[in-house]
Amino acid sequence: MHDAATHDDSKGQYFWVWGALLVLTAVEVWLGYKQVFEPKLMLEVLLALSVVKSALIIGYFMHLKFESALMRWMIVLSVLACFIIMYFFFFPDAGRILRLGVK
Amino acid sequence: MADATLQHDVVGHGVAGEYEAPLFGAYSKKVGMWLFLASDSLTFGALLVAFSYNRISNPAWPTPFAVQSITNATIMTACLLSSSLTMVLGVFAAQRHDRAWTRNWLLATMIFGTAFIVLHGMEWSHLIEEGMTPFSNPWAPTVPQFGGTFFTLTGMHMLHVTIGVIYLGVIAFRKWFLPALAAIWIAGYFLIPANNVFHYGIHALGLGLIVAAVILFLKPKDYDAHDVEVAGLYWHFVDLVWMFIFPLVYLMSTKIV
Repeated sequence: MHDAATHDDSKGQYFWVWGALLVLTAVEVWLGYKQVFEPKLMLEVLLALSVVKSALIIGYFMHLKFESALMRWMIVLSVLACFIIMYFFFFPDAGRILRLGVK
Repeated sequence: MADATLQHDVVGHGVAGEYEAPLFGAYSKKVGMWLFLASDSLTFGALLVAFSYNRISNPAWPTPFAVQSITNATIMTACLLSSSLTMVLGVFAAQRHDRAWTRNWLLATMIFGTAFIVLHGMEWSHLIEEGMTPFSNPWAPTVPQFGGTFFTLTGMHMLHVTIGVIYLGVIAFRKWFLPALAAIWIAGYFLIPANNVFHYGIHALGLGLIVAAVILFLKPKDYDAHDVEVAGLYWHFVDLVWMFIFPLVYLMSTKIV
């Protein structure tokens, strides 16, 4: 938990976040370009990196890290819950089509 | 914490008592934008799920993005990330009441956003020239969903970036942005060849012009630091969505020869 008064003057942290996002993007491109992993592991690694990048954007650029705890939990949990529901509704079905051999 | 944030807002802008004591320790416009972004993230979530569903259930999914496309998309990503940084600097400038630098940073953000749209438009035109449509593609005739999901997902994102650039233009330049937008719309219509999809797509700017004009006519006001911050939330969200589209659509479908 950061005090709202202390973070505001330090512009430097936003440059660090920007640099980190560019480096993570470069890592993603390198992984995709060299095709380091087989597709399933590649998807997991790329999505993990994307989640880190989106956390940096939401936390620092969108300032959510410095909002009230109630607002942080409300927004993050409600959106996450919707994504989890979407995931469990649709993805088992996508695999089922393959397993049943429907072309 | 809530009190500290509220206090900070009051101190930062010198407008004590303008907003009622809020539940989230933030002013109502900001909470409203967060709620809109939560709902919009579900729109994009649904589109990404639709894309991924089709991708998983079709083993013959085409992988047409060669080095040129990946390089292009990487530059587009760098443009969006850099535009987020200039947006943050614009919010800082607005909070210290520096009007000139607020305008400059917002203009820089708009230029990065426009660069993204132009690069993405060139990418689209290239794919369409190769024979890709929303209903078919030349690489995998058995997977017509590729074109539909690709154009819907990236088109929706491109629309959001376009709306974002217009939004920032209204915040930064108010009514003086309208003639510039009209000029870009008309110039774009005449300069883009008639066989290109953006010859018609540029009319989105015309719609944006009408909406922006109505808003500026109905409620002419001087946008303050709060308005800049709320516009920034929208802009960062557009950046955020691309962080998922880029790996899922491009990096998972590379064609390295």
